[in-house]
Amino acid sequence: MTGNIIQLDKNGNLKHFLSTEGLSQSLLQNILDHAESFASVGERHVKKVPLLRGKTIANLFFEPSTRTRTTFELAAKRLSADILNLNISTSATSKGETLGDTLRTLEAMHCDMFVVRHANSGAAHYIATQVSPHISVINAGDGRHAHPTQAMLDMFTIRRHKQDFTKLKVAIVGDILHSRVARSEIHALNTLGVLETRIIAPQTLIPKGVEELGVHVYHDMDAGLDGVDVVMMLRLQKERMQGALLPSEQEYFQRYGLTSERLAIAKPDAIVMHPGPINRGVEIDSSVADSDRSVILQQVSHGIAVRMAVMAMTMGRSPDDIGETE
Amino acid sequence: MADDINVKQLLDEMAEAIQSHCNDENYVNPLMIGIKRGGAWVAQQLHQSLELSEPLGELNIAFYRDDFSTLGLHPEVSPSKLPVDIDHRHIILVDDVLYTGRTIRAAMNEIFDFGRPASISLAVMIERSGRELPIHADIIGKTITLNQGEHVKLLGPEPLTLSFTGNGT
Repeated sequence: MTGNIIQLDKNGNLKHFLSTEGLSQSLLQNILDHAESFASVGERHVKKVPLLRGKTIANLFFEPSTRTRTTFELAAKRLSADILNLNISTSATSKGETLGDTLRTLEAMHCDMFVVRHANSGAAHYIATQVSPHISVINAGDGRHAHPTQAMLDMFTIRRHKQDFTKLKVAIVGDILHSRVARSEIHALNTLGVLETRIIAPQTLIPKGVEELGVHVYHDMDAGLDGVDVVMMLRLQKERMQGALLPSEQEYFQRYGLTSERLAIAKPDAIVMHPGPINRGVEIDSSVADSDRSVILQQVSHGIAVRMAVMAMTMGRSPDDIGETE
Repeated sequence: MADDINVKQLLDEMAEAIQSHCNDENYVNPLMIGIKRGGAWVAQQLHQSLELSEPLGELNIAFYRDDFSTLGLHPEVSPSKLPVDIDHRHIILVDDVLYTGRTIRAAMNEIFDFGRPASISLAVMIERSGRELPIHADIIGKTITLNQGEHVKLLGPEPLTLSFTGNGT
């Protein structure tokens, strides 16, 4: 669905950021390198740089989100851009305006970037094909398809703790079937060259054909966690759950919940990650979520730096790259 | 022209000039900050020979450049490091080449996002013609005249050498 052609301009620079799939290792590393630089901005006296001064960014959220929207907002503000927050589900479209008209309206307000969250897979990609050439689109999560900035902030967190991806065994645990985060993570981990990616979940929460992505599938938590360096927990997406995919939350926790006993099976220095919001006692035990092995809150801070990097990289293009004539 | 310039000698002369500048202005314990990459190399040498007690700072001005909208994000990615609080301190800002003055403007904007220094003095190894902003250096290794299209660049970090390119070289 997301060829990398639309994501890159003719010089191979990032124009839209829609998916981690199809991007080169050097480009992903470049995002992480820039994010490292932007991370230091958050520790300053003035937590702001003038890079995107005069640019306008619209957060188009067709699906509710607090964490992702606020970190995008903060990232934009730290780059000195102006940001509009549009909760589309409760505004124009409910009055009958088409998506195309909404986009034209925002373009008439001289927006330079759209950050898109949508319940339908492929929505951000579709919008990227519809906007004027000077506008960049960032996917902030589309259906079950992709959530590339979440995946990159996870990669940033892993790199900060483990440096070299090529020696790592990474386990992704939980609701892989409904998770756009898991998909984006698997593509990023593959591209960055990890030693092994495992997914651990009951059969009912694993999408068909997932082995084709090069991951090893485990249904037993203890076997899957054996010797891993990174444990990435996923939220049990209750609101997406249709039909009887699971017996009960209690039984899920018994079989797939991350407890300190289970974590002891992983490497002694293994880190625990979670994209949030966490369901304590459903997929992760409180004692693990609050332990010194947990890097969950660091992931949130890193999210701002990674989103700053992606915004700056997609916006920093000359008119030549976009194909405009002046 | 590169053969006429002894980089080691320039550095010695700059160190001496910085010392007397600080004496004249009564700057005690100045903070030295180098602009990446060339300025940071020069600053490292000066910091060492002046035996400054405060750690050396480094600025990456990529986020403050005025050519972002035409050139995009600068590939230099290593973050700025100012290891001590700069409020009320005297700063010696170091760069390799002073040309248009735009780099220095960007560097000063960035410094003020870290705090409010008491003063900033500018030390450059090469001052060349072509200023576009009202910026001058307090300490200058060597002043040279170059035409438009001619460039001088510091190569390093070990050894530090000057490279001249463009018309007439």
